[in-house]
Amino acid sequence: MIAARQTSQRKAYLNAHIVAPAQGFDGRGGVLIEDGWILAVGPNVTRENAGVGAVTFDCAGLTLFPGLVDMRVFTGEPGNEYRETLASASEAAAAGGVTTMIVMPNTQPVIDDAAIVDFILRRARDTALVRVAPMAAITKGLAGELMSEIGALKEAGAVAVTDAVKAVVNANVFRRALAYAKDFGMLVVQHVEEPTLSTGVMNAGEMASRLGLSGMPSAAETIMLERDLRLVEMTGAPYHASQISCAASLEVVRAAKAKGLPVTCGVSIHHLTLNETDIGAYRTFFKLSPPLRTEDDRSALVGGVSDGTIDVIVSSHDPQSADTKRLPFAEAAFGAVGLETMFSAGLGLYHQGDLPLARLVDAMSSKPAAILGLESGRLAPGAPADFALADLNRSWKVEDRLMRSRSKNTPHEHRTLEGRVVETVVAGRTVYAYSH
Amino acid sequence: MRLLDLADAYVEIGRQIDKRETRLQGRTQVNLFFEASTRTQSSFEIAGKRLGADVMNMAISTSAVSKGETLLDTAMTINAMHPDFLVVRHQSSGAVELLAQKVSCAVINAGDGQHEHPTQALLDALTIRRRKHHIEGLIVAICGDVLHSRVARSNIHLLNKLGARVRVVAPSTLLPSGIGNFGVEVHRNMADGLHNADVVMMLRLQLERMAGAFIPSSREYYRFFGLDEAKLGAAKHDALVMHPGPMNRGIEIDSNVADGAQSVIREQVEMGVAVRMAVLDALSRNMPGGGNA
Repeated sequence: MIAARQTSQRKAYLNAHIVAPAQGFDGRGGVLIEDGWILAVGPNVTRENAGVGAVTFDCAGLTLFPGLVDMRVFTGEPGNEYRETLASASEAAAAGGVTTMIVMPNTQPVIDDAAIVDFILRRARDTALVRVAPMAAITKGLAGELMSEIGALKEAGAVAVTDAVKAVVNANVFRRALAYAKDFGMLVVQHVEEPTLSTGVMNAGEMASRLGLSGMPSAAETIMLERDLRLVEMTGAPYHASQISCAASLEVVRAAKAKGLPVTCGVSIHHLTLNETDIGAYRTFFKLSPPLRTEDDRSALVGGVSDGTIDVIVSSHDPQSADTKRLPFAEAAFGAVGLETMFSAGLGLYHQGDLPLARLVDAMSSKPAAILGLESGRLAPGAPADFALADLNRSWKVEDRLMRSRSKNTPHEHRTLEGRVVETVVAGRTVYAYSH
Repeated sequence: MRLLDLADAYVEIGRQIDKRETRLQGRTQVNLFFEASTRTQSSFEIAGKRLGADVMNMAISTSAVSKGETLLDTAMTINAMHPDFLVVRHQSSGAVELLAQKVSCAVINAGDGQHEHPTQALLDALTIRRRKHHIEGLIVAICGDVLHSRVARSNIHLLNKLGARVRVVAPSTLLPSGIGNFGVEVHRNMADGLHNADVVMMLRLQLERMAGAFIPSSREYYRFFGLDEAKLGAAKHDALVMHPGPMNRGIEIDSNVADGAQSVIREQVEMGVAVRMAVLDALSRNMPGGGNA
């Protein structure tokens, strides 16, 4: 299924519906690639002018878009390889059209040292099917106290800093991290949650009260977000809120952007497609951080992606095994896998008419690449040949036994999704081809 | 209603000298209590024994759980011994539901976290019905730590279903968010909350769950929310005083009231055995060889 490394071969993907938001192109055409790079894109790429010796593929009926760049992926490597390795996560990524995974630093050991960044990059090069780049820790050991060596981490190849599943609570530490990171051109990514207010296990409100579960109010998110934005104003440093989950946060981000602050934010695909009632009878695969909130929040978030207030959609892929999930709700771990289903779940929003296809691709590919300063996320001459092909109307059923992730905690289990990735290409090499 | 009728009959049996029934002969009942309990566990034990079942109590603190075994592994181990009833209490909301999905016997919720305690609500309803001869239309004030209380949640559901007018009375910090949508009147002081009430149901202040400063002190709580004779004066003169136990005397309830003429607290305990006998009996009727099968 996976083609061998074919370096100096010219290939032409023809007659596709091309969606290239960064280029403002949405129409019929082809993509010509060679040596892992894109040579040409558009209606002029045809069988006739593909060049001598080019291998051609007819992509009629398929949509071709830049490979997805997932800004929030957890694996278990290093430390918890039984949950997920870079290799197994990359297989799931490839099957979901994700060509670049940004992995989180809360591994064991924590990615707070240049040597660990180097380890990740080498392991990825040797074992992973897709591109991998790590975010490093803002503070040493994710302890929220001492700044990590942000300059050295940047040099080693970390693309941003974040304390992953925790906010940096100490305002002075965070202020200094913002100011220091700015000097090195390093983006600071915050998990926006005030932990002393957010002590529960699901969204606060009637549903939590009925289930007898302790609540996490959405104010815990907006309070941290508003504090951070004051510090961004103070330092002028670029800032990215990793995931927002409620309508109130959307208003905060909208106001900050209107002020001209260097702010971007993301949302997970789960928060766009699910709400707190999906928890039902204590289903732990729906226990997420931030928590799934109300239907009003969900629909507001979709609107926020549509109008661009929310820049990025992430999978927030977080593999958890039975020993951390098959527990009473309060005791179970947070997190759900999502690499393999992110694009298909997003297509659901497109099919419902809630989100234009170009914005969906932009939020999952071009925009995150631009925020992180990556070369990918675009279909243009000179860009890396990272792209995916999807059949927007092919429905498929999510079955855990068929999933490539080593952990099976998908909230979409047994659901039928409409539209799926049928081929994924990284650096000109086919790393996934759908067969049924 | 049928459960309450059945329980009524078992009250009489409990008052006889010979209390033994044979309805559950040959059945095995395992009491699996992950959270310490004296009255509920012994109540279930006596209920099972009076019906002739073989009752085993699993003491969790000395079992494999303290060696790191998970809830489900423990449940599956016991399930493999083919009990007919599993009576489960657990400190986490939803734990009993999780366990019930995985075992093949009847599972009775003896209290899960802050979620539900159904047999407590049934025994409270039985106590009220025996004293007042009906439930519909009665004003029932549930007072105190509603936030942490599974007893309150189960009582709200059941009493509403039986047609009572349910009030909750507590400071805002001890009320769950969205409580107004549970079909109750919400009051934040005792004088309003108890006004004209037919039943005053006090809840235990869960001191062990008080990390995080829900109230300033127990003496301030007693001053404003503890049930004493003066506060009880707002209710009807023949109002019943109830408490699921164990009581914090001098915190949520004054001893004069707890032991006073309007108190039915000890009767609640008696009704507990009868209700649990009724529950076991009703469940067994739908088992193979149980009469209704």
